[in-house]
Amino acid sequence: MLELSGLRKSFSGFVAVSDVSLRIETRQIAAVIGPNGAGKSTLFNLITGHLRPDSGRVLLEERDITGVQPHEACRMGLGRSFQRTNIFPKLTVFQNLQAAFLVHKGRGANFWARSESLYRDEAEALLASIGLRDQANTLGGTLSYGNQKQLELGLALASEPRLLLLDEPTAGMSAGETHDTIRLLERIAGERGLTLLFTEHDMDVVFSIAQKIAVLHQGRLIADGSPQEVRNDPEVRRVYLGHSH
Amino acid sequence: MSERVEVALGPGEGVRWRIPWTLIIFLAALTLPWIGTRYDTFLGTQIAIYALFAMSLNLLLGTTGLVSFGHAAYFGIGSYACGILMKTAGVPFWAAFPAAGLIAAGFAAAFGFFCVRLTKIYFAMLTLAFAQIVWAICFKWNDFTGGDQGLPDVPFPDIGWMSALPGFGHMRIGEQFYVLTLILVALCIAALHRLTLSPFGRVLTTIRENPERAAFIGVDVRAYELAAFAIAGGFAGLSGALFGIFNRGVFADFVFWSKSADVMIMTILGGMHHFWGPAVGALILTLLNQQITAYTEYWPFVLGAILIVLLFVFPGGILGALDSAIGRLWRRRDA
Repeated sequence: MLELSGLRKSFSGFVAVSDVSLRIETRQIAAVIGPNGAGKSTLFNLITGHLRPDSGRVLLEERDITGVQPHEACRMGLGRSFQRTNIFPKLTVFQNLQAAFLVHKGRGANFWARSESLYRDEAEALLASIGLRDQANTLGGTLSYGNQKQLELGLALASEPRLLLLDEPTAGMSAGETHDTIRLLERIAGERGLTLLFTEHDMDVVFSIAQKIAVLHQGRLIADGSPQEVRNDPEVRRVYLGHSH
Repeated sequence: MSERVEVALGPGEGVRWRIPWTLIIFLAALTLPWIGTRYDTFLGTQIAIYALFAMSLNLLLGTTGLVSFGHAAYFGIGSYACGILMKTAGVPFWAAFPAAGLIAAGFAAAFGFFCVRLTKIYFAMLTLAFAQIVWAICFKWNDFTGGDQGLPDVPFPDIGWMSALPGFGHMRIGEQFYVLTLILVALCIAALHRLTLSPFGRVLTTIRENPERAAFIGVDVRAYELAAFAIAGGFAGLSGALFGIFNRGVFADFVFWSKSADVMIMTILGGMHHFWGPAVGALILTLLNQQITAYTEYWPFVLGAILIVLLFVFPGGILGALDSAIGRLWRRRDA
């Protein structure tokens, strides 16, 4: 599904990501972990086209997407949610999703139709699926933090991605919200046959749903395998798990 | 637009019978040559033209979230295009008017191609830079634009046939031109309204709200910004074409940066988050200017004072303030 080979990115001399190669299979749920500053966000930005790598390639379903513009990556089936919540705050929840459907279905350049009446059923179905039906007419920016994260997931799903990248999907959430979000992600990934790649600080979250874990440390990939393999890897224990546990 | 939003957000409200306010206001404005003085009609023409100019800017400012400091360039280009076509080339108005819009849109597309590559203040500065280049060319190119002498005596359109209509017999050409202007401006505003409510308009609002997210629902942000820039430039050009005729001549100060500031003040004064805000701003600023210059020559001083009050007391503009006042009344009534 996703294949990274030899990705490298440096910022004025500082090597943020160095020679990262990684394969993620279709319908796999994979996590990238690592201490702060390990290069997780840079790696995500390299995959989604926000940054262009100095060298290396990104293949999505065997197609080279290295350094393509974000909107092109999105059209090729890559969805993304951001670490800081990223929605359209002055549109209603419903309008947020409807806009995403308009764009995804290629109707964005329509100057004449009334956007209000388009893709209502699709938007309503998606609202129900992410659990925001009751907030349809609330402005996105006034939702609670957890609900905004749900809405952001909805925005990503409206483009019908096959691979979904989630940057710390439970950051800043209470234990209860975290639990609900994980269940929601698992259910939706299952229903839609999605491949998930996410970063996360919370080790309980990572080990509860990830089928594959990659560990970054100072820009290098130091381990990559099943949760069991990663848990037992001596280098991971030394540089990472040893610190936080 | 504001009415629709109200309906969409109103708590537990069903379909409501709506008063066709826009039609009523249009028809009321149309009676001006019969009920007002010649001077009222003169002011009315100016307000209608500025309303369209400000609304074209608001497609960028309020809808897409792009701050253009050089919108007068496209107003001026439309003005010169229409003036030169009608006066120098003898092209009739019905062809020169749309041509002026297309030419302005073409220039906006060409300049916009570079502008949308930048963001925020850099975008604003580049729009200003292009506008000043246009101004310098208009000011110096004597053979084509008349240079600092301008292009006087742009002819009125051939609308003498209006006199044959019942009730129009007593009208002078300036009043007939008011009727024509009002109809053309109304058509342009209707098109802008439709555009704002269309899927295209919705995509523009996603760019205003969050360009990064917009890219990640699949929006080619630069392409949409460029389209909005060209369309806004085109409508500015149409308003400029009307203004050149109304003003009986086209002059380089149409393109000067202070014109760009004027139209931005109108838009913000009226309220850029309302479809009708810029029109209200154009109305109020034009009338105030007229009243105040009768008493004092310090109009810029008054304008500055208005702006300061506006920014600190009514940051949402006049319609924004009205909207929140009405909202408070509703809540009080419901409570």
